[in-house]
Amino acid sequence: MRRFRLPGTWKVRVGYFLLSIFILFTVIGPWVAPYDPSYTGFTPDLSPSSQHLLGTTLLGQDVMSQLLVGCRETLVVSFVAGVIAVVISIIVGLTAGYVGGKTDEVLSLFIAVFLTLPGLVLLIVIISLFPQGQQANPLVIGSVVALTGWAWGAKVLRAQTLSLRNRDFVEASRIIGERRWRTIFAEIGPNLLPVLASSLVGTVLYAVSVSTVLAFLGLTPITTWNWGTMLYWAFANNAALAGEWWWLAGPCLAIALVGTSLALINFGIDEYINPRLRVGNLSNRERKRAGLSRRPKLGFTPVHRVTPVIGAPVMAGAQTGPEVLATEATASTPAPREDHP
Amino acid sequence: MRTFVRKLVIALITAWVTITATFILPRLMPGNPIEQLIGKLTGRVTPEEIAAIKAQFGQGLNEPVIVQYWHYLVNLFHGDLGTSITYSPQSVSSVIFGQLWWTLGLIGTATVLSFILGTALGVYFGWTRGARTDLFIPVAGFLQSTPFYVLGTLLVMIFAFRLHWFPFEGSYDATTVSPGWNWAFIASVLRYAQLPLASIVLCSLSGWMIGMRNMMVTTMSEDFVLMAVAKGLPKRKVMWHAARNAVLPQIANLTLAIGLLVSGALIVEQVFSYQGVGGLLVNAVSNLDYPLIQGIFLVITFTVLIMSAVGDVLYVWLDPRTRTATVE
Repeated sequence: MRRFRLPGTWKVRVGYFLLSIFILFTVIGPWVAPYDPSYTGFTPDLSPSSQHLLGTTLLGQDVMSQLLVGCRETLVVSFVAGVIAVVISIIVGLTAGYVGGKTDEVLSLFIAVFLTLPGLVLLIVIISLFPQGQQANPLVIGSVVALTGWAWGAKVLRAQTLSLRNRDFVEASRIIGERRWRTIFAEIGPNLLPVLASSLVGTVLYAVSVSTVLAFLGLTPITTWNWGTMLYWAFANNAALAGEWWWLAGPCLAIALVGTSLALINFGIDEYINPRLRVGNLSNRERKRAGLSRRPKLGFTPVHRVTPVIGAPVMAGAQTGPEVLATEATASTPAPREDHP
Repeated sequence: MRTFVRKLVIALITAWVTITATFILPRLMPGNPIEQLIGKLTGRVTPEEIAAIKAQFGQGLNEPVIVQYWHYLVNLFHGDLGTSITYSPQSVSSVIFGQLWWTLGLIGTATVLSFILGTALGVYFGWTRGARTDLFIPVAGFLQSTPFYVLGTLLVMIFAFRLHWFPFEGSYDATTVSPGWNWAFIASVLRYAQLPLASIVLCSLSGWMIGMRNMMVTTMSEDFVLMAVAKGLPKRKVMWHAARNAVLPQIANLTLAIGLLVSGALIVEQVFSYQGVGGLLVNAVSNLDYPLIQGIFLVITFTVLIMSAVGDVLYVWLDPRTRTATVE
């Protein structure tokens, strides 16, 4: 079993880099913020300067501090939601795919129902029913967001488990009498990792968007700082109308950049799962060395693959041998790669 | 046929879950939201109205829950969603249907536009994969991961406030035209819809584009494409061959995307102060107008169900394989 490592293309690298910056600010944001985000004593309505890197609001607050402090709440809620949603989707998707039969029928229906429900509206209905004090709790918001966002991951996981269940190596493990949970976790589990990672990234992306929307619409308490409440106050004070672009640009760009970093990582995962998408990422030099034209021939798939070096010790988890490009015609859709040479 | 029956069953169950959830949720929630609401309303509205709300949410009734549920279902089938608190004495259904057409118009147009544009671009980018056009993928990723309202805000700031190309809020010019079937009103509506439409289309376009590109890339290495090339068909025809086969999952996704799109449109309406169900919902939540919130949830879910049913019919019509009895 090869370690799950994303192709090191520039897209993935930029994605990792951006995301790690935001994670860093999630941890240290409130400590490095220059001022108290709620302090209203500054000159209102200043454009960005060295004193106030992102300017001040109409209420005389420092935008930079709000952005840094707000990073924590936004990302914590999103990751809580992402993790809970993935756990639900593993339980439902894996069970449906592995057990099959009637269980699968029922669970698939369940997944389909949640996929059809308009998530945000359901979310608003549920949140509106919580008492005011609970609405600020990241765990509460995270769980409710997860409740409306797990179904997609479960659907993909189910399909993946279904396709893995009848592969030879799973069959072999069953025949030699391995316990069921070992078959699931040691044989099927690792092959689900890319799909899991993809659905985690996707759900976090959804949660960032949705949790800021809730705050932006004023449906969660507006007294704590996150990017959504920043936008709420900016809109409530007509920042766009007054031309105070710095008030809006900060949270807007932050949300967009977190989203972009996650999307870039997801591209990497997509390319890992489907090697046919990968050819576009080779540099011109690599391509020339491998004897590939820039535009692959129609009907042929350029496959980026690893050929083992003869005589080299074969070690589990280690990539041996140089990476070589070969052009070959493929007929079947490539399954996620498990390496059983 | 089997697929079709299955879809129908899913739609029916979703409808039932929605209906039942709106019945159960307010009764189950901690802190009894309805009691709070009634506490807030006392003195503001007439005792009859409070009694009506109490009855709707099963407060102080001596009926078992199952009987309440039955009454609720009967009312629902008569189209009775209760009376709105904020817009009292208007009924919830008349309040919603007054606004629904604006939302439907916006979402419908945006869906069609972004689907067609995105798929066409995806065909092109898939066809020219590996070329410089691949640079658009990260750009598309940026647009796709940018929430609708963020892009909407940026568009408002640039095109409405800086450049004054578009009006910045509202759904028509209320000072000069009056609603009705006259040309001035329609022109005004079209003009005010451009910016909200653009922000929805730009955001949802890239999802279609990336999906179509990836399907194109996969389809292009199938044998029948190689065959088409080998027959000496012109490039354009080969592309059409591949595109027709690659588009099917897009249409399957269309039915799934509608729920997301509806949610997105509700927010875009808020950003542009555009009339519609979105504004209604936010208003209802901030006024704790539970009958209205529930009504909107029901109406939106049913709209989504109907729209995905249309998508499913389209899919069955396009893909003959789904029409045979054995193939799932």
